[in-house]
Amino acid sequence: MEPLLQVKNLTTRFYTDDGVVHAVNGISYNLNEGEVLGVVGESGCGKSVHALSIMRLITDPPGKIEAGEVLFNGVDLLKVPDSHMRRVRGADIAMVFQDPMTSLNPVYTVGFQIMEALMVHQSISRNDARARAGELLKLVGIPGAEQRLNDYPHQFSGGMRQRAMIAMALSCDPKLLIADEPTTALDVTIQAQIIDLVKRLQENLGMAVMWITHDLGVVAELADNINVMYAGYIVERGPASAIFKHTHHPYTIGLLGSLPRLDEAPGTKLLSIPGLPPDLVMLPTGCPFAARCMYTDEQCLSAMPPLVPAESKEHLVACWHWEKIAEQVIA
Amino acid sequence: MTATQEPLVQVRNLKKYFPIQRGMVIQRHVGDVKAVDDVSFDVLRGETLGLVGETGCGKTTVGRTILRLYEPTGGQVIFDGVDLVSLNEGELRRMRQRMQMIFQDPYASLNPRMTVGSIVSSPLDVHKTVHSKNKSKRVDDLLDMVGLNPEFVNRYPHEFSGGQRQRIGIARALAVSPDLIICDEPISSLDVSIQAQVVNLLEELQRELGLTYIFIAHDLSMVRHISNRIAVMYLGKIMELADRNDIYLDPIHPYTQALMSAVPLPDPDIQRKRKRILLEGDIPSPTNPPVGCNFNTRCPAAKERCFKEDPAFREIKPGHWAACHFAEDFLQPDKKLV
Repeated sequence: MEPLLQVKNLTTRFYTDDGVVHAVNGISYNLNEGEVLGVVGESGCGKSVHALSIMRLITDPPGKIEAGEVLFNGVDLLKVPDSHMRRVRGADIAMVFQDPMTSLNPVYTVGFQIMEALMVHQSISRNDARARAGELLKLVGIPGAEQRLNDYPHQFSGGMRQRAMIAMALSCDPKLLIADEPTTALDVTIQAQIIDLVKRLQENLGMAVMWITHDLGVVAELADNINVMYAGYIVERGPASAIFKHTHHPYTIGLLGSLPRLDEAPGTKLLSIPGLPPDLVMLPTGCPFAARCMYTDEQCLSAMPPLVPAESKEHLVACWHWEKIAEQVIA
Repeated sequence: MTATQEPLVQVRNLKKYFPIQRGMVIQRHVGDVKAVDDVSFDVLRGETLGLVGETGCGKTTVGRTILRLYEPTGGQVIFDGVDLVSLNEGELRRMRQRMQMIFQDPYASLNPRMTVGSIVSSPLDVHKTVHSKNKSKRVDDLLDMVGLNPEFVNRYPHEFSGGQRQRIGIARALAVSPDLIICDEPISSLDVSIQAQVVNLLEELQRELGLTYIFIAHDLSMVRHISNRIAVMYLGKIMELADRNDIYLDPIHPYTQALMSAVPLPDPDIQRKRKRILLEGDIPSPTNPPVGCNFNTRCPAAKERCFKEDPAFREIKPGHWAACHFAEDFLQPDKKLV
């Protein structure tokens, strides 16, 4: 089966007054139909920029997609004309953004904003669009959906706005839903509601989901596969269980160690990663994690390790020393 | 962490209402936002008390009202035997030396026009605890203590990352050698790997200097990591207060049970099998809290009594407090909601 989305050597840079920001540095992966992919990393690792690049939403200038291919159903989205891309956005690939407070337009009703997408993409009548918008709000669990279509965004709470955003994203039955930190601005109990909702919708509608987050706990529940990103590179990629149970990249190990666990023993000290992520304007020549890594040697400083299969074909890691580290972790 | 049983801070029936006013010319008082509504608890010397809850539950207001950065509407805050509410300004300022605060936003809480040196030394100038001759030595020591290079004294905040700025904020709080530090979401704007650095630093400083913390946050796993005891707030009230292990292993209040079950664990095997209590709806408005128990609009176990009577905050078992009419029922393992 051909993958739904193939990202090949995607490279995005920003030309700023302070220099060239190397935001995404040649990443490649596949996403199958109906798969849930978690993209994990800290701020500035390129996870959002890579998603915006797939959607071709990078503002140019200063941003520029310099190289690579984004094959969606075999068509390279980076090469198609703008008019084609407009048909893809919202219809085939939909996106939910982090901040539900600012991603809805405050001067239009929520109903109108959902109907707008439907009328643009599906050329249906106003009344049909309204009926469908009501159904969608009901689907995402907003009580009194029909009446709430006339409400303005400020009349919705944060969790409800995010539900409305999801309703809008689902309006044209997308094949891929990109969710960019959709629960980061929400409280845990509301986050649990949204995760549950997306999981249910994904199972029922069978769409693929790319869930971008910095919270490993969230992807532990949802994701089939996980991409761990650092400084614009994918440093580790694999099935969720492999990433959590057979962690190979020292960055992923550090990230997991930094998280206190609700079920940890008292007095456990957190394994923090020393130092800071590198400046993306002046990326080091070798591995970008070398400066913070305890296994660094000369090879790490001179060349970026390729993303290669570790134990299995699916589990990839970009580290020169993953085998040595794996032995030590077991010992 | 050696917590003695002697309380450093005793909070009694603390209330903070923010008035709502209507009218452009003649201001009428039409209601109150009950941000903190009758909250009582102790903070023991040398311990870390975690204060958790969702947005708008009043946890930050509790912290600020304890320091009298907000004037309390009612109640007492007894700090080392002295009621802070009754002090006049001069007396309060002298007491403030002993209690400091670390703020949430390391970008907004440092003056961009001041150098790191002057930021860290300004509490010393206000309280005149250190002779001006020794001031620069003290600043160097403080920066060293929080893991910053003392050569940075002449730099400005914009030259630092979020985690480093938070370290500057910590150095400033430590400058006057306080007994109590209120940490108001000190890590929530930082990245995961940097969060761990700052939490480890706070723990080390507590061990070395014998500090007492009130640690306010919404990240339950981090709060459980750092705290000895945890208070869970909801809509201006404390719902449950217990030892860090009890609150996780044996939560009594239905809200705490739901909150604990909603925290995602970084382990796919456990996380996928876990049962969760999904709370319906949102937090009600604190201007018009529900009659009876504050949690009755979302509680999966609410009964008739919960809509009539406000439950008392009482000790259910030694050291474990909760505000629920049916707390005794939830003590039994088979009656838990999960």
